[in-house]
Amino acid sequence: MKSNNVAIRVENVSKCYRIGLKEEIHDSLGKSFISFLKSPLRNYKKYRSLYRFDDAVSSTDSNKDFENPSDVFWALKNLAFELKQGEVLGIIGKNGAGKSTILKILSKITRPTFGQVEIHGRNSSLLEVGTGFHPELTGRENVYLNGTVLGMKKKEIERKFDAIVDFSGVEKFLDTPVKRYSSGMTVRLAFAVAAHLEPEILIIDEVLAVGDAEFQAKCLGKMSSVAKEGRTVLFVSHNMGAIAELCSRVIWLEGGRLKQDGFPSDVVMQYLSSSEEKVGCWSMKPDKVLPNHLAWLRKARILSSHGNTETTVFRFNERPKVEIEYEVKDKVRELGVYFWIRDSFGNVILISNDNDGSPHSEGLRGPGIYHSVCELPANTLKPGRYFVGVGITGRPQGDVQDEHRDVMNFSISDVGYPFKRRAGVISPYLDWKVTRHEEQEVAGGSSRLGGYSLLS
Amino acid sequence: MTTSQNAQESITIIKPSVGWQVSDFKELKEYQDLFFFLVWRDIKVIYAQTIFGFAWAIFNPLVQIVVFTVIFGNIAKLSTDGIPYILFSTLGVIPWTYMSQAMTGASQSLVSGKSMLGKIYFPRLIFPLSTLFSKLLDFVISMGIVVCVLLYFRVSPTWNLAYLPLFFIMMVLIPAGVGLWFSSLALRFRDVRFIMQFLMQMLMYSAPIVYSASSIPDVYRVIYSLNPIVGVIEGYRACLLGLPIQWIYIWPGMIIAVIIFISGAIYFKRTEYLMVDVI
Repeated sequence: MKSNNVAIRVENVSKCYRIGLKEEIHDSLGKSFISFLKSPLRNYKKYRSLYRFDDAVSSTDSNKDFENPSDVFWALKNLAFELKQGEVLGIIGKNGAGKSTILKILSKITRPTFGQVEIHGRNSSLLEVGTGFHPELTGRENVYLNGTVLGMKKKEIERKFDAIVDFSGVEKFLDTPVKRYSSGMTVRLAFAVAAHLEPEILIIDEVLAVGDAEFQAKCLGKMSSVAKEGRTVLFVSHNMGAIAELCSRVIWLEGGRLKQDGFPSDVVMQYLSSSEEKVGCWSMKPDKVLPNHLAWLRKARILSSHGNTETTVFRFNERPKVEIEYEVKDKVRELGVYFWIRDSFGNVILISNDNDGSPHSEGLRGPGIYHSVCELPANTLKPGRYFVGVGITGRPQGDVQDEHRDVMNFSISDVGYPFKRRAGVISPYLDWKVTRHEEQEVAGGSSRLGGYSLLS
Repeated sequence: MTTSQNAQESITIIKPSVGWQVSDFKELKEYQDLFFFLVWRDIKVIYAQTIFGFAWAIFNPLVQIVVFTVIFGNIAKLSTDGIPYILFSTLGVIPWTYMSQAMTGASQSLVSGKSMLGKIYFPRLIFPLSTLFSKLLDFVISMGIVVCVLLYFRVSPTWNLAYLPLFFIMMVLIPAGVGLWFSSLALRFRDVRFIMQFLMQMLMYSAPIVYSASSIPDVYRVIYSLNPIVGVIEGYRACLLGLPIQWIYIWPGMIIAVIIFISGAIYFKRTEYLMVDVI
């Protein structure tokens, strides 16, 4: 197959849904009785409107106004993209951005309101693990049922049966009804079936978010091997690490439209920095300034390592900078500004003060406005969210001391993070020196380090 | 699209609506394994964790036959054209039980399988169809009662038996047509479930199950036989008891059954695309 062949072509796809209509509330018994008599007709219109959109979408041209009637919700608005054979496309976006809707359209579950989709090749979709599993049936029976539901032929399942059972690890319970399984076992069996699909195009919704860490790793491994076999994969996930690792291209949907389309790491970083309530700067409210203080904090920002732009998402190998601006009104002994970083579990990761190197810098800073900037080390903080507090200290304490907890936050993304699931609060690159003492016979010489069990 | 070098390559186009068309038989064939497993699932699951298992397929109609025989045969003494009442009602109740169960089951098939509809694509037709087939097992088992009763009254088989497959097909076609119409409607309007309850009651008393069709005045017989269920039950009785088959009272029902089935299939296909959106 040529790599430039189109596998999926999405042409100006729009999809609208009717959202809940308001129930009327009546203030008198008479009115509600009349309304009760009228309700069949009203209900008929209401449920009929679920699939009739004549009022909402009169025009079929592509320049639709997506803003008309209030009870119509456009899940997708003129979405268009193309996917070549062998590409692994990740779709990201917030809840309600239209990710699942486009997957449902691509898997033929629902049809677009406008536009069309062209799919070249046999496609299977996996929007849920274990679709069609019946609790009363045994594991063996469910493998067959679920397999055929996913579009496999009976013969195909027979051929792969041993591999499926092997992958799931539930051999012993194959002839037990699934209702007696633990939920983990059910999911493992279900995923094992799904993992043995061999379509040309695979469409996957957030299905990796199930099971324990070990099982998730297994799933991701399977996913990447599928991707490497040159199959076309469409993949929706909130796991940005997985997206960045597995995909060759990422599109970002927002409000039913295509927001960005490009290299995984770029799109993911853009997406992450746009999402959540990340706060990259803080400034002192004027009314909070204590009038008798000799020095006070004015502002603080988190900056990217290159340039002085405010940033809140960093790669593992980048150096976040913390900048603190403060004003000194009169000489203060042992003046220092500091910040501290907590992780999302509340652990204080570190505290750093700008006079750490020279604690007795008495009289060094005269009145004026200062900036203290600290560059955090790269390759140290694990992926996650961090909260930054800032403070100022000096002597006598009562005239200076002030601190503000968790006023800013930033995150380290797991894009390009090398030590997946390694234990530890931080995961720095440390210097190692490897020397060879003397040549020894191989047999007794290998030393086993106990710490290895903590490594992934 | 014409540039594809691979002749095997399949192109799927997903468009807003399909318009009017009949079922895609090629696609249905693709999914025959799924159909098979769904039928088999329904069969396995229906009597799961019961003590009597498939014996229930006998008990249900048996109790009905006994009740009818006592009430309508012995107390009300309805005319049966000289046929022993128990024989008469058995041949009515057994096909009727299948038809009513299949109609109710097929009508609810999409609603009860709605969690699956939203997660995976397959021809939706498979749901009502698989219900029709899985209910056939009960029918086959309960035919045991028919055989026993026929043997007890020493009814000898006649050439009329050759027509039995025709009435069997008709017996499946009626719930198929009703199921296709109502399963799709039921997704949109859950009223269908309540309608089915009294529809079954009405159908049962409008068909010659507890009484004989000959008690209907001749002027109304043709109109009466527009109800396809009449034709099936009269047909079963005539075939198995070796009575003359009164085709004049069977054709109208057959034509109606075929019309319901074909229109149901078209309606089902026509509404297939919006099923998921209205669940």
